[in-house]
Amino acid sequence: MRSVKKEEIYKALVEIVGRDYVSDRKEDLYIYSRDPGLEEAHEPDFVVMPKTVEEVQEIVRLANRERIPVVPVGASLSLSGLTIPYKGGIVVDLRRMDRIIEVNRMGRYAVVEAGVTQGKLKAYLEENFPDLCHSLPEAPPSATIVGNLVIHGQGHLAQQYGFNSSMVTGLEVVLPSGDVCRIGSCALGPYWFSVEPFPVPAGLFLGWFGATGIITKVGIRLYPRKRLRDVEVFVVEDPKLVPEVVYRVAHTEMAEDLTTSAQPYPPIYQGIVMIQVYINGDTEEELEFKRRLIWRSLKEIIDAKEGGFMALTPDIRGTLLEEPIPTLTRFADVLRGGGFVYCGAIIPVEKFPEALKRLFEIAERHQVTFAHSGRVIGRGHCMMFAFAYPFNREDAASMERAKKALDESYIATLEMGGIPWKPDLSAQRMMIERMDKGAAELLKRIRKLLDPNGIMSPANWGVEP
Amino acid sequence: MSASLADIHRCFRCGWCMLPTNFADYNCPPYVRFRLEGYSPGGRLWLIRAWLKGELEWSERLAEVLFSCVACRNCAESCQMRFKDEIVDWIVTAKSIAVEKGLVPPKVRDFLENVARFGNPWGLPRAQRMAWATGVKRYDKDEYLLYLGCESCYPERGREMAKNVIAVLEAAGVSLGVLGDEEECDGNEVYMLGELGLFNELASRNAKKFKELGVKKVLTVSPHAYNSMKKYPGRGFEVLHFTQLLHELVQRGRLALSGVRYKVTYHDPCFLGRYNKVYLEPRRVLQGIPGLQLVEMRRSRESAFCCGGGGGNFVFDMLYGPESPARVRVREALETGAEVLAVACPICKCMLEDAVKDEGLEDRIGVKDLAEIVLDAMKGP
Repeated sequence: MRSVKKEEIYKALVEIVGRDYVSDRKEDLYIYSRDPGLEEAHEPDFVVMPKTVEEVQEIVRLANRERIPVVPVGASLSLSGLTIPYKGGIVVDLRRMDRIIEVNRMGRYAVVEAGVTQGKLKAYLEENFPDLCHSLPEAPPSATIVGNLVIHGQGHLAQQYGFNSSMVTGLEVVLPSGDVCRIGSCALGPYWFSVEPFPVPAGLFLGWFGATGIITKVGIRLYPRKRLRDVEVFVVEDPKLVPEVVYRVAHTEMAEDLTTSAQPYPPIYQGIVMIQVYINGDTEEELEFKRRLIWRSLKEIIDAKEGGFMALTPDIRGTLLEEPIPTLTRFADVLRGGGFVYCGAIIPVEKFPEALKRLFEIAERHQVTFAHSGRVIGRGHCMMFAFAYPFNREDAASMERAKKALDESYIATLEMGGIPWKPDLSAQRMMIERMDKGAAELLKRIRKLLDPNGIMSPANWGVEP
Repeated sequence: MSASLADIHRCFRCGWCMLPTNFADYNCPPYVRFRLEGYSPGGRLWLIRAWLKGELEWSERLAEVLFSCVACRNCAESCQMRFKDEIVDWIVTAKSIAVEKGLVPPKVRDFLENVARFGNPWGLPRAQRMAWATGVKRYDKDEYLLYLGCESCYPERGREMAKNVIAVLEAAGVSLGVLGDEEECDGNEVYMLGELGLFNELASRNAKKFKELGVKKVLTVSPHAYNSMKKYPGRGFEVLHFTQLLHELVQRGRLALSGVRYKVTYHDPCFLGRYNKVYLEPRRVLQGIPGLQLVEMRRSRESAFCCGGGGGNFVFDMLYGPESPARVRVREALETGAEVLAVACPICKCMLEDAVKDEGLEDRIGVKDLAEIVLDAMKGP
């Protein structure tokens, strides 16, 4: 960008949000040019932090007029570079928009601004509405609610209610033109209880990684939060049994959450797959009832000595019951190296054994350590299977190995008929190449229609960086 | 100290460190003020690393990012990694490199030079240190040496607090004395600003003086001095913060407390709370006062939101403005419905009183130190 032009745009941004909330300093551009993953850094020209939807509109209008890319960001924790401004432009850090606007207790939904973190909503509900919760992902609590929705994230209620993005009850979006629109019941009245039975244009913005507009407010469903929560860990040696275990437990409809894990270290965990079954209840009786039904559902497998429940020490149980579980974040320190990447493969549950086999093979081939964690989505309708690889930020070879393993995991996911979750740019390209041509064309047309100047997160979903 | 920065790359920049332990809101004072990722603990560590690797050159902005850290230790409290206790040391070490290279911002340079030359960060004459305390007994083999510290000797609000502490302790018959003009800076902020040579010099001077005078117990008004003196190498004396002694005096019934009729919320000072885990004693003092209703803020104890005065910021105020930590904290205190915001640190007292005025809340909430509340209680409702 020419320096005179740049100066004009800087002044215009200062007019919109105030001097304190715009930066073109190299230190700020440095930080916003990268995320904690392994994608290549690219600097934006400006970072701007709006407080209101009107400010967001003004920023987008300016960008559209000047044909400058706009990249909305939350906590930038995708680890796959989805908020890296590959074509420069304006990074819009939405975290100053951090109001919890409403909790409708009877309607069990909350309306929050785009910058509200997972942790903030959790804390707010615990303090003010202790019988309600939202579906909390295992991301750090600094991750934003909206950030999780635009990547189709999953939380601890995924096994019961599906992807978090299917829990959306309303959206407020600033379109690439700068116009603002509301979607759902909030388009007709004051309530944010549902996006149906409209035609569902919410899908024009969820899963698009900011490539079609900037979500400024969202309504999301809340669910009953029970007073008691516990976890049982079912262990099998043969990964082929995992789909059957998941099927049986899901059939009881007694589990709150169903997750899987496998890892080579410490050695006690080698050669086994753990299936964490979370249960909840308002009374001990309710909890015990659910526990009994789940045990009963797995009796045949236990009697055949093909699997069994693990005795949990208070420490392990305590760790598993943390919300969110910090061990996922701590995986970044496995090599004392400050990083990990993962391919979150959304696959049919029946593909679990193959996915695990592929993970072992990939890790072996690239000489990397690894871990698997997974979460069942819906009553076994699919699952998120993470191929996760730590790396050492100070060791280029370690980073390269992890990146190669990651790339190969994306390929493995596609070969298994799965869908890479929050794919990096190269995986997005692979997906588009393999996608049904009609679907790919539709995505392209939708994007062109909404954003004819191609300003919104232009690298994501199809535009070359 | 002087932690190695060899492990600084281990920070993943996951952001747990920005939040309190209950996640209620952002809890890193510079991040709350500036809202740019670089001012968060993780962002700061990444920028330090980029500077040390030569990816970024030293700049005014980098200096502000580094020296606006008020060393509140929220990051270390909330971080989930095994290196959590090293985070503040990494930042202090980076500051010390900037000090060694002569790169510190002018306000920080002035702070350090003033401490070195005048024994206080404002560059005020040493003679003014205790000029206000003419009637206060000088230390002479008393049970306690009452160490006041720069922040209790120079700013008006700090002096008020020191006088309140002295009045309460005298009323309880505690044997104590002060050093007078011989008192030196305790060095806490000097340390947190990375001037480790000056800190060591101050520490050794103070320790030597205490030894010469036969001091066995040092009672500090400021949590900053309390924290600093606990780090003195070869310390041959016990250190107590005045709230700890106050708690003991209240428990033993050494103070006749008639009571007060107001609602109080207590602000945990970082150097008493997060650094030294003193959470209970100040609350027990307040709970021991008849008629006093104690309510907690959303962020308290290990999750308390800092007033923004640490790391020398109470002098150079890099975090000024409507979103300054002190103003945010005062608004949070107001949410509780309390009429009194209780403090146990002269720096918190100065920062929060100024914030109450800046917010125009003088009619709705007042800032009182713990000793002042105890004095109120001695007078009766």
